[in-house]
Amino acid sequence: MIPAEFDYLAPDSLQEAIQALADGGEDAKLLAGGHSLLPLMKLRLATPALLVDLRKVPGLHGIERENGSWRIGAMTTHSELEHSEQLGVVARAAGTIADPQVRNRGTIGGSLAHGDPASDLPAVMLITEGSVTLQGPGGQRVVAANELFQDYMETAIEPTEVLTEVRFPVLEGWGFGYQKFNRRSEDWAMVAVCAVIQQTGDICEDVRVGLTHMGSVPLRATAVEEALRGQSLNAENIAKAAQEAAQGTSPPADLNASEEYKRHLARVLSRRALEEAAGLS
Amino acid sequence: MSVEPGGEVGGEITKIASEHAAQNGADAAAPSNHVGQAMRRKEDPRLITGRARYVDDITLPGTLWMAFVRSPEANAKIVSIDTSAAQEHPGVHAVFTGPDLTDLAGPLPMAWVPPGIEVNNPEHWPLAREHVRHVGDPVAVVLGVDRYGVVDAAEDVVVEYDALPAVTDPEAALEGPPYVHEQLGTNKVHEWSLPNDRLQAGFDEAEVVIERRVVNHRTAGAPIEPRGVLADYRAGSLTVWSSTQVPHFVRLFLAILLGMSEERVRVIAPEVGGGFGAKLQMTGEEVLAAWCSRKLGQPVKWIETRSENMAVNHQGRDQIAYCRMGAKRDGTITAFHVKIIADLGAYNMLLTPTIPALGAFVMSGVYKIPAVHTDVVGVFTNKCPTDAIRGAGRPEATHMIEVCIDQLAAELDMDLLELRRKNFVPSDAFPAEMATGVIYDSGDYDKSLDKLLEHVDLDAFRREQTELRQQGVYRGIGFSTYTEICGLAPTRVVGPEGFGNQAGFWESALVRVHNTGAVTAYTGASPHGQGHETAFAQIVADKLGVDPSVVEVVHGDTGTGPEGRNTYGSRSLAVGGESLARCAKKVADKARAIVAHQLEAAPEDIELRDGKFSVRGSPDRGMTLAEVAGAAYLNQVPEGMEPGLEETSFWEPENFVFPFGAHACVVDVDAETGKVKVVRYVAVDDCGKAINPMLIEGQVHGGVVHAIGQALYERVHYDESGQLITGTFVDYALPTAAELPSFELDRTETPSPVNSLGVKGVGEAGTIAASAAVTNAVIDAVRPLGVSYMNMPLTPMRVWEAISEAQGRKEGVSA
Repeated sequence: MIPAEFDYLAPDSLQEAIQALADGGEDAKLLAGGHSLLPLMKLRLATPALLVDLRKVPGLHGIERENGSWRIGAMTTHSELEHSEQLGVVARAAGTIADPQVRNRGTIGGSLAHGDPASDLPAVMLITEGSVTLQGPGGQRVVAANELFQDYMETAIEPTEVLTEVRFPVLEGWGFGYQKFNRRSEDWAMVAVCAVIQQTGDICEDVRVGLTHMGSVPLRATAVEEALRGQSLNAENIAKAAQEAAQGTSPPADLNASEEYKRHLARVLSRRALEEAAGLS
Repeated sequence: MSVEPGGEVGGEITKIASEHAAQNGADAAAPSNHVGQAMRRKEDPRLITGRARYVDDITLPGTLWMAFVRSPEANAKIVSIDTSAAQEHPGVHAVFTGPDLTDLAGPLPMAWVPPGIEVNNPEHWPLAREHVRHVGDPVAVVLGVDRYGVVDAAEDVVVEYDALPAVTDPEAALEGPPYVHEQLGTNKVHEWSLPNDRLQAGFDEAEVVIERRVVNHRTAGAPIEPRGVLADYRAGSLTVWSSTQVPHFVRLFLAILLGMSEERVRVIAPEVGGGFGAKLQMTGEEVLAAWCSRKLGQPVKWIETRSENMAVNHQGRDQIAYCRMGAKRDGTITAFHVKIIADLGAYNMLLTPTIPALGAFVMSGVYKIPAVHTDVVGVFTNKCPTDAIRGAGRPEATHMIEVCIDQLAAELDMDLLELRRKNFVPSDAFPAEMATGVIYDSGDYDKSLDKLLEHVDLDAFRREQTELRQQGVYRGIGFSTYTEICGLAPTRVVGPEGFGNQAGFWESALVRVHNTGAVTAYTGASPHGQGHETAFAQIVADKLGVDPSVVEVVHGDTGTGPEGRNTYGSRSLAVGGESLARCAKKVADKARAIVAHQLEAAPEDIELRDGKFSVRGSPDRGMTLAEVAGAAYLNQVPEGMEPGLEETSFWEPENFVFPFGAHACVVDVDAETGKVKVVRYVAVDDCGKAINPMLIEGQVHGGVVHAIGQALYERVHYDESGQLITGTFVDYALPTAAELPSFELDRTETPSPVNSLGVKGVGEAGTIAASAAVTNAVIDAVRPLGVSYMNMPLTPMRVWEAISEAQGRKEGVSA
């Protein structure tokens, strides 16, 4: 509970932050809300030599709609997302993160850059088919959500890059559902399933399903999507499609959830999320 | 919301504080009926405005910080310890290991010497010597000027371990090896019984016998303030501030271990942020801080981290009980036999092997069972030691009884409340001698249950339950009708000549009336959040005709109150409160004599009325307590009487007290996922005469949450290699407000005849009652799915597995 010694910088500009990261090398870490990094440091599971705090860097906050997409500053808090209902499934998922204190400090950029497969927002980004903007010494690049998460807590972000904003298409007219299963409301998801559906009449035009904590990275449940796409959205078809939810997953087991139990949960929660997204529940 | 001073939050606190002052203010009239009022807590203004002083808030010049090197192994020989790199860290003054502590008078104490049985009690030193026996076992301490620096240096102490196989399952440990203490050649600590020679006859009479393996898994106390100690040895005297429930015990054992005379040691428990039994201990950390301060000539401070607290603060429960209950077809229970295998962890601490035995005294519950017999086998494992955690043996016992009663009702196909009522000790039987040999002081179990059923319409519930099942919602109800034994206690029963605890269990009090009429009341009880300062002030105020706001209650300091027996086992009010009441009465008697002398009346004609000691029949002739004190200190007292106005009392009860009650829990079980949601919790408790109903409600709330935590969420778990899996609050799942309904509380008042106040204890009652109510409710909910029995913790996966298995059985049968 006592972190190892570290240096601390709070630069006033993005360029200074990137420079500080470059100068700090492998032992430098960015600090956003701190609600993942600081507990790891207190347990000495992370021992960065330098923290570069983004709190003074301008331009990293806010939620804007632009050309059919949402553009969200990386330092936007979960609480701000939660209270922006127009963000649909993103707002819903953000509202389930931990507790109000964490949501008031934790940020969307910090959560995505941390790449924890048990966190709520990574799988949600997969199904919105969003992207993140990264700024590094060599300029700016955009990485799609499905390329961002590479392994357990490993992302495509280079050590000298800063995640500055998150973009995802406005899913106008799509229904959504979010089903998170945990023991206590403040816990990480044992399993969570997010779903969005575009329907015409009762026909499923398109569907995307995301799985949280069913592998070392967030996953798309493509077998469920394929089973439902083009079908009529009734309880029977949804239940049938949801049976495919655990296909190809290798969920990490722990004291409170075996692999088998997690696969079962993925199927139950997929059905519930899809029913919710289709307006059946 | 603003948190600026004077902003919304600050303003609200100011408002509460001023209302508090007005409510309890000295200007208010002083009626003599503060007892029974839901007075706001005198403690709260300082607590909610951040003005309380905990150990960590106390700093002395020249203080050195102490950090621990702890074993990552569950069972290992220490091959070597290299402290040289740590010694070279800047600011480090010293590093000590086990062999350095050669001048300690002995190992850490275990205070139970039961007559007639052997207890294996291997040496347990504050720093391990040659061998570590659980994860977190301390190996070295580093002392230095900086709190962070000592932790860095501790990481550079290099310890080479020769790791050995560990044993974590108590039943496997009994079969041994491996042995936790190789030299013993066994992992058995002790065998103890509270026997009953009618047991066989009881089972012979039985027409139905149920047998269940009832598991009370291991839990943590998890106080919000971890432990901490600041020790200052100078000029031959030692002062220790410790976050403890038992400053007087700590003083005694520090004196013994350090070879000091007891009066040269002063132990102060300042504000203590929760104990739950976890701070009823004489810890190695306290000994080390004191020893290092003497060795180095500087104050030494250690503040426990949460990680340390989860790994090494003693834990509780961890009992596997084989229960047999026999009954006639009409529901008359004829015999109850319990064999407890108690996992005591790696060492005996202060009371470790005593704890499972404590449940035996209430193994009859609220029922007139003619034959009740308890056997206890204590077992060493490579885990943190267990000891007292809120309820200490009685939650386990109640859980066994109340779960078995429901199982028996199902077996007999009998209404579970009718079965209970049929076996209740009747209200006219008190004081009631039980088959366990104890005498229940007072009780009215039908009244509790009747009161509970005023809140819970069971017929309506059953109709609703049936309807909900048709919609796929599995709702269940569970009951727990309980009693417990508290108010420790008559020394002849629990002391050296009786049960074998090496202490007397009286409590001390001193009441001093100042010249101003203000009162200071000293108690040997040592609260850690309960509200003693409020309740005790109410008691003393009524005896002396003053407002509770002018009664200051002083506690937890062996310097101001050298003798005390502290706070545990729900004893403070029934023993310490009564002692203060008797002491205040002595003061009042003296005041009457002084007033009689001053007003030339007979002492027996002086009555306390409307805040004045006045002559009966002439209410205008009287003196306030301040006027009496003025006379007492001017030596205007009757001839032969000493001047001054203060008295001392030591008091010990003749019997324990036995709180009781009836609880009901309603849960919904998601049959697809196994997740349990507590929908309703109704508690009717009887703790005798209520001193402050609000404090009682607070204790019941906390107690019930503690047990709901055990039933559904909390669990200390070690893997097979002895690694602690639940070392943080992420994995050790304390329930939060979000998981819980608003509790519905009610009371009955059946005074205890054991003390003049008529009071019993309530600090543990909720914890003792609730885990069975929750468990019974979950089983009731899933019974139609084919599940008839489950053990705690009822986690979603466990419930889902039980349902799946039952459904599998059904399919198997139909296939």
